[in-house]
Amino acid sequence: MTPPVLTLDQPHPLPGKLIIVEGIDGSGKSTQLLLLKKWLESKGYNVFFTEWNSSELVRETTRRGKKSKTLTPTTFSLLHATDFASRLYHHLLPPLKAGMIVLADRYVYTAFARDTVRGVSPAWVRKLYNFAIRPDMGFYFKVPIDVAMGRLLGGTRAQVKYYEAGMDMGLSQDITESFRMFQSRILAEYDKIVSEYGLITMDATKDIEEQQNEMRQLVSSALANYKPKRGTHGKRTLFWRRFDLPKSE
Amino acid sequence: MANERYFGDGLTYLNPSDLKGKLIAIEGTDGVGRSTHIEMLQEWLEVQGYGVITTGWTRSNLMSKTIEVAKKGNILDRWSFSLLYATDFADRLEHQIIPALRSGFIVLADRYIYTAFARDVVRSGDPKWIRDVFGFAIVPDLVCYLRIDVETLALRVIETQGMNYWESGMDLRLGNDLYDSFKKYQASLINEFDKMAEEFAFEVVDARKPPEEIQEELRAKILPLLNSNKPDTLSQPTGQRSSASSTA
Repeated sequence: MTPPVLTLDQPHPLPGKLIIVEGIDGSGKSTQLLLLKKWLESKGYNVFFTEWNSSELVRETTRRGKKSKTLTPTTFSLLHATDFASRLYHHLLPPLKAGMIVLADRYVYTAFARDTVRGVSPAWVRKLYNFAIRPDMGFYFKVPIDVAMGRLLGGTRAQVKYYEAGMDMGLSQDITESFRMFQSRILAEYDKIVSEYGLITMDATKDIEEQQNEMRQLVSSALANYKPKRGTHGKRTLFWRRFDLPKSE
Repeated sequence: MANERYFGDGLTYLNPSDLKGKLIAIEGTDGVGRSTHIEMLQEWLEVQGYGVITTGWTRSNLMSKTIEVAKKGNILDRWSFSLLYATDFADRLEHQIIPALRSGFIVLADRYIYTAFARDVVRSGDPKWIRDVFGFAIVPDLVCYLRIDVETLALRVIETQGMNYWESGMDLRLGNDLYDSFKKYQASLINEFDKMAEEFAFEVVDARKPPEEIQEELRAKILPLLNSNKPDTLSQPTGQRSSASSTA
């Protein structure tokens, strides 16, 4: 009845590979992960992509909690952990068991940084997520707050969201200023996490293609001993994907 | 900061040292008569003039609906299952239990963190993680454990509300039908409770006795708790107090 022990402390025994990216909004991590995905697919790997977003069940609950303004740092943290648990079980575990490469846009470290800034005990939130699978590779896209803000405000996502700006924490009445303060604290937490969990720090102020080349080299050497199970669709995926891939090799 | 009132890693943003009330947890497996006894205890305490609130598993404003939906969907893995209950508990702890304790109420909890421990350990075999998760819980002043054997329990449940999917632990596929599964599941829960009774020094009450006797026992266990921390009991004339405060 006892399943294999999967914890954040130990390398997992599963045949697949888990690669994750972390960084604040505007660090460019999602762009980099997308480009990595295109590249891996073009090489014929079976790739599975997953994001740190909420399930319907938890989204509904969070909405209720936000509306009544009763969410506390602890319930906020627990709700996201619940969601992560169900995502781990339904989305991450099957492809990893099937030997696929799983790419995750944000992982538990997002919770470590954000929930600690919101006020839960750093030790507690780490124990809370100890059921997570340890990633094979973790990239942290490090960017100064001003660069990130410039990207966000100048880009398509001009609207900074209430909770992402930490507006509920009462740091500042101005949403942009609150965002700056909140995300700066998150940056400080990330710095601790990077050394604690051995994440690879990427200079996210560099050009997109330069970062991507570095990332591909690192992934390439990490996958040296990886024996993928190639599905019959591998070649076909390559053929069709080629046409919408301006930046890929 | 570490605080002994917390079970483990506590709430860093909440200092529990000024909690004047008393927290009493009534534990025991499904259908053992917890809620009936809590109702009677509340009545008994209120008659004596104590402020009482009751709190029960899955009754939080935030989570009760969510848990209902999740259970219907029947898609819960072990971690989500335990974390949904932990969220429900945290919501009640921060919005009901702690504020009530701060105001000097007696809080009667229908199930407490030990129920979550038992259920998670039965599903995972790992006692550590779930205890870490509930580190933010306040340690109760008293835990009364209504103990029953699984044979008696099975009969009682069939006679009253009947066996349901979750109380039978059907998600664990322990038996071919509801009855077999119920007995195996409840037996392992009782086993976990028995182990915890020693570890956490529960006051054990035999739940096979007549309800009046059980109630008497529960009251006897609660009584010392009240006297030790309630200087102005009924024996002290109220007039004395007001005159004392006017001279101060």
